[in-house]
Amino acid sequence: MKKIDDETLDYVEILAKLDLSEDERIKAKDDMEKMLAFIEKMNELDTKDVVPLSHVTDINNVFREDEEVSSFEAETILSNAPKNENNMYEVPCTILSE
Amino acid sequence: MAKEYEMVIGLEVHVELATKTKIFCGCKTTFGMKPNTLTCPVCSGMPGSLPVLNKKVLEYAIMVGLATNCDITRYSKFDRKNYFYPDNPQNYQISQLYEPICRNGFVNIKSDAGEKKIGIHEIHMEEDAGKLVHDSWGETSFVDYNRSGVPLIEIVSEPDMRSADDVINYLEKLRLIIQYLGVSDCKLNEGSMRADVNVSVMEKGSKTFGTRTEMKNLNSFKAIRRAIENERERQIDLIESGEEIVQETRKWDDEKGKSYPMRSKEDAKDYRYFPEPDLMPIVIDDEWLDKLKEKEPEFKDEKVKRYISEFKLPEYDADIITEDKKMADFFEEAISLGGEPKKISNYLLGEVKRLLNENNTEFDKINLNPLNLVKLIKIQEEGKINSTIAKEVFEKMYYEDVEPLEYIKEHSLMMESNEDELKDIVQKVIDENEKSVEDYRNGKEKALGFLVGQTMKVTKGKANPGMINKLLKELLSDGK
Amino acid sequence: MSDILDLSAYEIRKKIIDREILIKDVLDLLFERIKENDNNSFITLCEDEAYKKAEELQKRLEDDPDGKKGKLFGIAVAIKDNICTKGIKTTAASKILYNFVPEYNATVIDLIEKEDGIIIGKTNMDEFAMGSTSETSYYGAVKNPLNNEYVSGGSSGGSASAVAGHECFMALGSDTGGSIRQPAGFCGVVGIKPTYSSVSRYGLIAYGSSLDQIGPIAGNVTDAVNLLEVISAYDPKDSTSKNGVDREYSKYLTDDIKDLKIGVPKEYLSDSVDADVRENIKNAIEVFKKLGCEVKECGLALTDYVVPAYYTIASAEASSNLERFDGVKYGLRADDYEGLHDMYKKTRKEGFGTEVKRRIMLGSFVLSSGYYDAYYLKALRVRNLIKQEFDKLFKEFDVILSPVSPETTPKIGESLSDPIKMYLSDVYTVSANLTGMPGISIPCGIDRNNMPVGMQLFADHFREDNIIKAAYAFEKAGKGM
Repeated sequence: MKKIDDETLDYVEILAKLDLSEDERIKAKDDMEKMLAFIEKMNELDTKDVVPLSHVTDINNVFREDEEVSSFEAETILSNAPKNENNMYEVPCTILSE
Repeated sequence: MAKEYEMVIGLEVHVELATKTKIFCGCKTTFGMKPNTLTCPVCSGMPGSLPVLNKKVLEYAIMVGLATNCDITRYSKFDRKNYFYPDNPQNYQISQLYEPICRNGFVNIKSDAGEKKIGIHEIHMEEDAGKLVHDSWGETSFVDYNRSGVPLIEIVSEPDMRSADDVINYLEKLRLIIQYLGVSDCKLNEGSMRADVNVSVMEKGSKTFGTRTEMKNLNSFKAIRRAIENERERQIDLIESGEEIVQETRKWDDEKGKSYPMRSKEDAKDYRYFPEPDLMPIVIDDEWLDKLKEKEPEFKDEKVKRYISEFKLPEYDADIITEDKKMADFFEEAISLGGEPKKISNYLLGEVKRLLNENNTEFDKINLNPLNLVKLIKIQEEGKINSTIAKEVFEKMYYEDVEPLEYIKEHSLMMESNEDELKDIVQKVIDENEKSVEDYRNGKEKALGFLVGQTMKVTKGKANPGMINKLLKELLSDGK
Repeated sequence: MSDILDLSAYEIRKKIIDREILIKDVLDLLFERIKENDNNSFITLCEDEAYKKAEELQKRLEDDPDGKKGKLFGIAVAIKDNICTKGIKTTAASKILYNFVPEYNATVIDLIEKEDGIIIGKTNMDEFAMGSTSETSYYGAVKNPLNNEYVSGGSSGGSASAVAGHECFMALGSDTGGSIRQPAGFCGVVGIKPTYSSVSRYGLIAYGSSLDQIGPIAGNVTDAVNLLEVISAYDPKDSTSKNGVDREYSKYLTDDIKDLKIGVPKEYLSDSVDADVRENIKNAIEVFKKLGCEVKECGLALTDYVVPAYYTIASAEASSNLERFDGVKYGLRADDYEGLHDMYKKTRKEGFGTEVKRRIMLGSFVLSSGYYDAYYLKALRVRNLIKQEFDKLFKEFDVILSPVSPETTPKIGESLSDPIKMYLSDVYTVSANLTGMPGISIPCGIDRNNMPVGMQLFADHFREDNIIKAAYAFEKAGKGM
């Protein structure tokens, strides 16, 4: 059974971009361990020669032609932005966080 | 004795495809528009929006694969690459990891040791990210999604290059192939072709590669060359001082001539790729491939051979003209309009190249019209203008796309060919330049040139130099 | 006049068109009922928009009584709040989208409007459709209209509650692991999860993209099927939408089901299933036998593996689908943060509820380097085995019959403390999402608490005809009983 240690939890927080409180962390470790133990039940099945099924329909080759569809107005696209300026989304400086 | 080292280089080349619209939505791909005016719910990552693949992107990717000797994947899929960054509106990029559209190709490049084969590991399709601009205070960045969703192919080479020359030759080769296919203009300086360079060094003769680093932000051949040399030195220094080379991504700063690691503790480099559930698999049959193969153009090498045999061009001329697909197209069109190959070539290699260099521009940016060039050459051949005037008219054509005959008439540049009129002028020149006449008669051939020049001056350059020569000799011998 | 609200949608449409009632008066009654019931079934009411549309339709009717009238003419429809509605707030019951107003419609909304339906509001749900009780909503739990102490089921609990509480005539839900069928079962109404790729997902805020389908919830089979016929259409904006299949569902509203072959998996009626549920399902089997169906026991040996496979896949896709909620483009952004990554983390910490975080973390983990093969890819392989098992059954049977849930409707506050137990209660519904097959949930009796028990019917891909016929015949037989 997979044990979730602090390091793993830190890593998952980075991947999922979540910031948990100490209490939440304790709960999260317990939750994840239980969930992983639960889904590990799948290991009882021999799936060696089974193709992974990512799509359940038999559709393929779905395309659009290279034809223009009108874009939205910049104001419309930005109407939900928490912060914007000069028709651009505003975010904390990305250079510093690189 | 100092150890000898060898570099091992592999490239990841991103090429922006020249489709009208984006890869997964109908927004246009036009460059340089106002921020966020080419966006919609799909390419700005709105909740509930869904991608639909632009067929042309797929066909372009396959065409590049065929031209680089790749196997085309008959059952191809898209995957999601997950990472948080504001230029990526969904915080995942739709790309291909598990079943890329092309695999196992190669191109041949020139090298000191003759022709060399560079393997292509794979070519996959993906979407471009948006653009970030930063305020001068370093506090805020601004996001523009006009570029978000512009189609890209990423061409991943095998680590088969051993020098900066190899890298440049490989990139040149790719550029030519892709330009000839017409699927991208492949400009490093404009970002429609971008190269990330993976470099490692090992002792010469070794079989095991060293730890590699990936270099980003290389915007010109010059930057690529400098960055590779710099990284080679940096890695050798580390090895010689007994330090470890860290496998990392580094950003090249061309102004400072140095590279810096791009690392962050918030950047796990774990992209959690998984099959994109919103896009269905792509199945390619033989019929489709055959159709795409038929669209394959004549590439540079074939053109060079044909220009030599069919148009009797010197190899040097053929090679230079075909360096640029647009120039080759121009050349062929001019010929089809009745131009004489070598004369067209002379203009392209001479005046055109000179003006391109002078203006630091490229062939696809200029207004020159092949029909007008053919006309100009014809006018010149008919003796209606001399080479000085021709040069003047050509510049006008180059910059302003003027019609040569009209321009010549409008500015009264037609050559003086009326022999009687010219005879009077020549006689006048002889009368006014006794010294030179005497010199000439005393055997100084040079003096004749002076007299020709004087005549030209009087006629404001419009006289036919051949005729002046003939008349001068006649008149001077008459008076003997 | 309030018994107007007890009428079916097709009856209301007729009365409106015959000008026996004014559309506006029906709306008055509905909005009054919503306030009276106070079941927290709606997050947003669209009173202004609804009355405006009602006026338009009424005018059209007066001006041209014989003109074309859409299939949903004048019918009040409620929309689950994870389906985008242009100009109307769409929150997915999450704080992170508390103020999000889409500038576009989901395709299903355009289709409803084209058929003259009236959208009266956006229904409450589990946050991002993650939950089985509609208690994980940022806007509070939805109450079951039959007894307010009980949950409405989830995640489309608001839609089921609104239909059962006569607050609308029909509603849209979304079903990723049973989110239409289970609340329909708990509220005693009819819900359909269509075949994957029959209804466009464009504009549905994605939870598990390879599992999600939008579907109808209504008070009876006919209304549910009519709404399905309106929303089911090929959509070039959804690459997973299937073209060229039979979508004239209403022609299967017949009760001729003689010789229909029905399979009942023995695993679905084991001792672990609540006795009242078992009892009601057994009674339903007898009804089908009387109607001339051939009912036989069958086996689904992989039943214990469907929930583990489902939660692995759903969480993985959710972790990716919910990455876009980051405080940059829409919705919530945390007030105080230092730098980009802190902004992401604080926004998501504040904006997402416990259950959503739990699934995002699990999903990120099972996709991460070193675990992808062991968990995610394994689940996709198990999914294939499960699909194969059902494919085999459908060679023998036209319809598979099962309970909706192994348990009777729980009370509010009973379920969230033990997530795994809650997940396990999805055991009979998630297979339809893993395999893509259609399923319908219809009431088949009541339990010891007088709460409804739901029955579920499955069929092979695009064989909605079989489950529509069976459900219609069963419903009709029940009325005669």
